[in-house]
Amino acid sequence: MTFSDQRWRVAVHKMGSCDGCQLAFLNMGAGLVLLSRRVDFVHFPEMGPVNPDARVDIAFVEGSIGTADDQEEIHRIRANSRYLITIGACATAGGIQALRNGTRAGAWPSAIYPSPEYLNVLDRSTAVAEEVSVDLELWGCPVNSRQIEEALQSLLSGAAPREETDRVCLECKRRQQICVMVTKGTPCLGPVTRTGCGAICPAFDRGCYGCYGPSENPQTHLMGTRFAGLGLLPPEIARRFLFITSGAPAFGQEGNQWKKEDPHGQ
Amino acid sequence: MDNDPVETKRIPIIARVEGKGSLEITYRNDPQSLRKTIDQVRLRIFEPPRLFEKILEGREPQEVIDIVARICGICPAAYQVTAAKALESAAGISLSPGLQTFRRILTCGEWIESHSLHFHLLAAPDFLGYADVLEWAKHDPEAVEAGFRIHAVGNGLLTLLGGRSVHPVGVRVGGFHRLPSREACQRMVEQIREVLPLATALIPWAAGFDVPRTTRSFTSVSLRDPGHYPMNEGRIASDRGLDIPPDQFEHHIREFQVPDSTAFYSLMDGEIALVGPLARLNLNSRWLPPDLLDIVEKTGVTFPSANLWHGFLARAIEIRYALGEALRLLSELPQDVLPFVPAPPATGVAIAATEAPRGLLWHRYDLGEDGRVEKARIIPPTSQNQSLIEEDLQQSLLEAGPGAPEEEILRRSERIVRNYDPCISCATHFLKLTRKETPP
Repeated sequence: MTFSDQRWRVAVHKMGSCDGCQLAFLNMGAGLVLLSRRVDFVHFPEMGPVNPDARVDIAFVEGSIGTADDQEEIHRIRANSRYLITIGACATAGGIQALRNGTRAGAWPSAIYPSPEYLNVLDRSTAVAEEVSVDLELWGCPVNSRQIEEALQSLLSGAAPREETDRVCLECKRRQQICVMVTKGTPCLGPVTRTGCGAICPAFDRGCYGCYGPSENPQTHLMGTRFAGLGLLPPEIARRFLFITSGAPAFGQEGNQWKKEDPHGQ
Repeated sequence: MDNDPVETKRIPIIARVEGKGSLEITYRNDPQSLRKTIDQVRLRIFEPPRLFEKILEGREPQEVIDIVARICGICPAAYQVTAAKALESAAGISLSPGLQTFRRILTCGEWIESHSLHFHLLAAPDFLGYADVLEWAKHDPEAVEAGFRIHAVGNGLLTLLGGRSVHPVGVRVGGFHRLPSREACQRMVEQIREVLPLATALIPWAAGFDVPRTTRSFTSVSLRDPGHYPMNEGRIASDRGLDIPPDQFEHHIREFQVPDSTAFYSLMDGEIALVGPLARLNLNSRWLPPDLLDIVEKTGVTFPSANLWHGFLARAIEIRYALGEALRLLSELPQDVLPFVPAPPATGVAIAATEAPRGLLWHRYDLGEDGRVEKARIIPPTSQNQSLIEEDLQQSLLEAGPGAPEEEILRRSERIVRNYDPCISCATHFLKLTRKETPP
């Protein structure tokens, strides 16, 4: 990569999502204005510019692929972008809406919509990386401004961005918080969940619910067994893994294992 | 296809709204004069549905609270509080006055955050003639900076009670997982004091914008909580005599589909309704504190108002109200509040309504014997405003006259849609869509 005087062109796209990850840009406040001196936002509908087919240096993508239109759109975005960065649990793992993936295919839309054929909804909600190659994944539900800023800083200065893969546990220790699982027996996914949130759930005296997805080398089966030791029943353990990031294989597979042990199959 | 009597065209994405919406224009070609006129402008929604009704099935209370947050990144706390309140009512518990105070502070934070996002980033550039907030910042950095500071205080209050502003983690059935320290509350008090004059200045400024003087006929609907500006408590009321507890809402709201439209419409007792800041102010302005009423009076705009363009001013007034209210509540915090009231497992039907930033938000959960959700139904504010948005678009088209250029129609229409601050992500997941029927 070479340095150039040309300002980088940036797009922020949205697929199926809650809009919360784009707020990581809008919540920067004065930082957003500073950032705009270094990059050009050529497509960012929530903020203003609409130019979906513009060629860009970096495309940030929020949201999961859930319709045939999304599939088409993501291929166009990939073709138009030098770097493609997914932001948030929806774009990196299919989001909470990926819970429909484990159900009888196609049963959900018809249960809600009178004419589901109009919807064009795919049976599965998937990560962007299942459709096209992705250069960097920023995990979290939601991602925060710091993650976006760090990724941009690295790319703009010619370095490869690094995304943290440590466990929430490590951050929790650094904050010198008391472990909610050891001291209170509260089920906490911190030992298998990626850090980045600041370990806020243990700070609020509750267990981590895994919204940043799996950490590196997640010992999910040991985690599930520990939950069983704390008195959770198999369906309760399954629901903990099958939640915000069920589309991440480490969580999805573990959750489905425990689901099978549930005699009622719930 | 110029010979077709009817022709439609879509502009792809409406900028500066939450979610993916487009405008669809229908033209009518007159074969005699060969003239093409715009017949209809509609808000179309192509946000992919995420099917939350099904995601909620089989889930236990805390999971419900964390799931519904994901419907909307801009108003997650409103969804969380509404779900918690529904489950608390089914469990037969009520919050201590101290906990109700903290819930109200949380709601203040979200109104400030959501309203100032809309006010400064999405809507103000329309009135000032800028493409977006960044262009505005080049011309008037101080005004934009003031907006960012107010917005940051909203986010700060959400973080105080939930650890982060998007999908906060503090709310549980019976109250909060943990309450903030006195020191943290005191820091927010100081931050609010700093931005309060900036928020006060927004009111005359917003009132001074040149807006159309058109009025419309609509019913304002909001919670009514005598003695208080409504947030999380009260009965559902309208300015046409509606006065019901939240569990009667389903009997008064009629949802229906219109041929050849993907939108989902609703009527309150047969009337086209408005929910949100203007509707709240129309019904509850007398509960604003006297100093704020003075500021509002000086603008020369009186409430109730039938001018929908006063929604922008109403948002400014509510930003100032929510800051003042949070300051008042944080300054008089009761001592020794326990973070939550223990709740027995809830079963049966759980219903609650609150005032989300964009208006009345209603939840119903049918719970099984084990307390898990069997069926969920959520009616978000934007669905309730859908009929009025469409009517407003149509009226504006008539006012523009048959010869108005397409560009002008589109510009006006986009501004109208934006004026309602629609949350398309919220609306979609509960939106019922219908297939386009070919006419017989």
